[in-house]
Amino acid sequence: MEKFKTITSSVVPLPIENVDTDQIIPARFLKATDKEGFGDNLFADWRYQKDGTPKSDFVLNNPTYAGSILVAGKNFGSGSSREHAAWAIGGYGFKVVVSSFFADIFKNNALNNGILPVVVSPEFLNDIFKAVKKDPKTTLTVNLQDQVITNNANKAGETFEINAYKKECLLNGLDDIDYLLSKKELIEEFERKRSPLNPPRGTLGECK
Amino acid sequence: MTTNKQQIPPLGGRRARRTTLFDKIWDAHVVSTIENGPTQLYIDRHFCHEVTSPQAFNGLRARGLKVFRPELTTMTADHNIPTIDQDKPVKDPISRHQLETFAKNAKEFNMPIYYPLGHSKNGIVHVIGPENGFTQPGMTIVCGDSHTSTHGAFGTIAFGIGTSEVEMVLATQCILQTRPKTMRITFNGKLKPGVTSKDLALYMISKLTTGGATGYFVEYAGEAIRNMTMEERMTVCNLSIEMGARGGLIAPDETTFNYVKGREFAPKGEEWDKKLAYWKTLKSDDDAVFDMELTFDASEIEPMITYGTNPGMGMRISDSIPTLDEVGETGRISFQKSLDYMGFQPGEKLLGKSIDYVFLGSCTNGRIEDFRLFANYVKGKKKAKNVTAWLVPGSWKVRKQIEEEGLDKILEAAGFSIRQPGCSACLAMNDDKIPAGKYAVSTSNRNFEGRQGPGARTILAGPLVAAAAAVSGRITMP
Repeated sequence: MEKFKTITSSVVPLPIENVDTDQIIPARFLKATDKEGFGDNLFADWRYQKDGTPKSDFVLNNPTYAGSILVAGKNFGSGSSREHAAWAIGGYGFKVVVSSFFADIFKNNALNNGILPVVVSPEFLNDIFKAVKKDPKTTLTVNLQDQVITNNANKAGETFEINAYKKECLLNGLDDIDYLLSKKELIEEFERKRSPLNPPRGTLGECK
Repeated sequence: MTTNKQQIPPLGGRRARRTTLFDKIWDAHVVSTIENGPTQLYIDRHFCHEVTSPQAFNGLRARGLKVFRPELTTMTADHNIPTIDQDKPVKDPISRHQLETFAKNAKEFNMPIYYPLGHSKNGIVHVIGPENGFTQPGMTIVCGDSHTSTHGAFGTIAFGIGTSEVEMVLATQCILQTRPKTMRITFNGKLKPGVTSKDLALYMISKLTTGGATGYFVEYAGEAIRNMTMEERMTVCNLSIEMGARGGLIAPDETTFNYVKGREFAPKGEEWDKKLAYWKTLKSDDDAVFDMELTFDASEIEPMITYGTNPGMGMRISDSIPTLDEVGETGRISFQKSLDYMGFQPGEKLLGKSIDYVFLGSCTNGRIEDFRLFANYVKGKKKAKNVTAWLVPGSWKVRKQIEEEGLDKILEAAGFSIRQPGCSACLAMNDDKIPAGKYAVSTSNRNFEGRQGPGARTILAGPLVAAAAAVSGRITMP
């Protein structure tokens, strides 16, 4: 995973609430067996007509807006657990998603792919939308080390939460599997020591 | 609805008391805890399907890893499969490749529990888990599918995960998770006749909204929950994710034990007795402290439908869609966008509205009791001419039981036919797509834009409302 560095970028505003992962990447695109190419189908049904031509009124098709930061309405990423949603967002080129509220599974999936979900207050979010409406060139700066997001239009900053472990992972480009693999002995010890009444291991008839 | 958000004093970053059922199961599975970080949790059972696993197996290959505990993973093909002609090669080459990849992964990684298309134990992952006895009280269960919460009905910590996490479980049988907060939702009183557990769940989600339980693990309690069968409880737990909850669980009781007993992978003999004694301890203590408590009166619940494009946009079947004034200002754009998609007006009543499709099935309502309810309602009646109905059992076992009970004859006499098992029109990855602009009364779990096919308009409901719609061709009080 790439190391996460401080980003200053213009933004793509999507002021819609409850954007579910079926919108981020519709199910018919989940037939692939690798992680490539999902960015082309990010928000496919909002972005393209039936014949595949772009819908001019969707923000990703509006050349006025660009950047590596997606700013969305509250409860972003609800619904299906498909990690393809994070692959699509990352594949398109977004490094950060800003919202006032994220669904749990999406948040984990984003972090596991080096994409930073930044939770801001509803007021801060609203100010971003307003600033971008006024001037589409408005930039945000996201500093993970200091856990600060700054709206460069009004210089307002807000700190954001992230657990210390995940922060280290992102800053150093490490993932959870690396960590878990380093704990193999602990896992085997857990299996040996746990109460014989509460493990399913050894109870599976045909798999003993 | 009454709310009681308890203020619990922090204790070194942890809450003072941890005596809920959730806490007991969680604590029994902690392998290690990272300071200021997530918990390393041991997973007892991993369910795996063809759509969210290929990249995880690729990840193992790239790292040169084996599957750590192959016998703790159950593999079944369900999401991207046809529901007719399953004995013939899958027509769509990309889908066929995905299924072949699934088979290849099962073989290459020596996975002993693999149920491909047509296998007698094949079916939707959350249907076959319980029905074969994989799902047992006290377990931790994960799957690359958000409706893994279904298994919580047995008193388990069960939740959906992403593909990176599938890879972690395959590689280490563990996962890193931040401990969620706990919520208890109590349903006092009895459900009225003709009101199903799906109605109860849609009612609850309409009150909490689609993000109302985000960050929480929910325990369902109260008389109405206790009175439910296991299948009804599964429907409730299944829909936990639709209000954002990490999962939902119900303390196991005699109903649970009777369901599990005798199933193929359930403990037997002396081991059963020991396990049973342990399972009987799995309940929240009387003085358990939850981060949030909600209480509903089950007797107030009526048959429900949704009118919008998320499961929180639900109402009693006889109600009118909210007006713009009734919707908060910040949500108005999204609300209007949603109604535009559905072709509905604010304030409109939906009772009597003509519909085009009916879908009975999915991990929410694709079990034998759902088919019994549906068949019992349509018995002696005829399917409406304007309705296309897809009846898709959740598994081959469910389909077999439908035939054994003669429900297939009742359904056929009423003009319905039964398809082969799979996720089908719930997410429409296969050919079971509702055409653009058409209305479907669906017993599945999501009414998102395009969920059942590009442009499809989904009205979520329970099996009885679906049956009533199928014979009348309209949204009808069952």
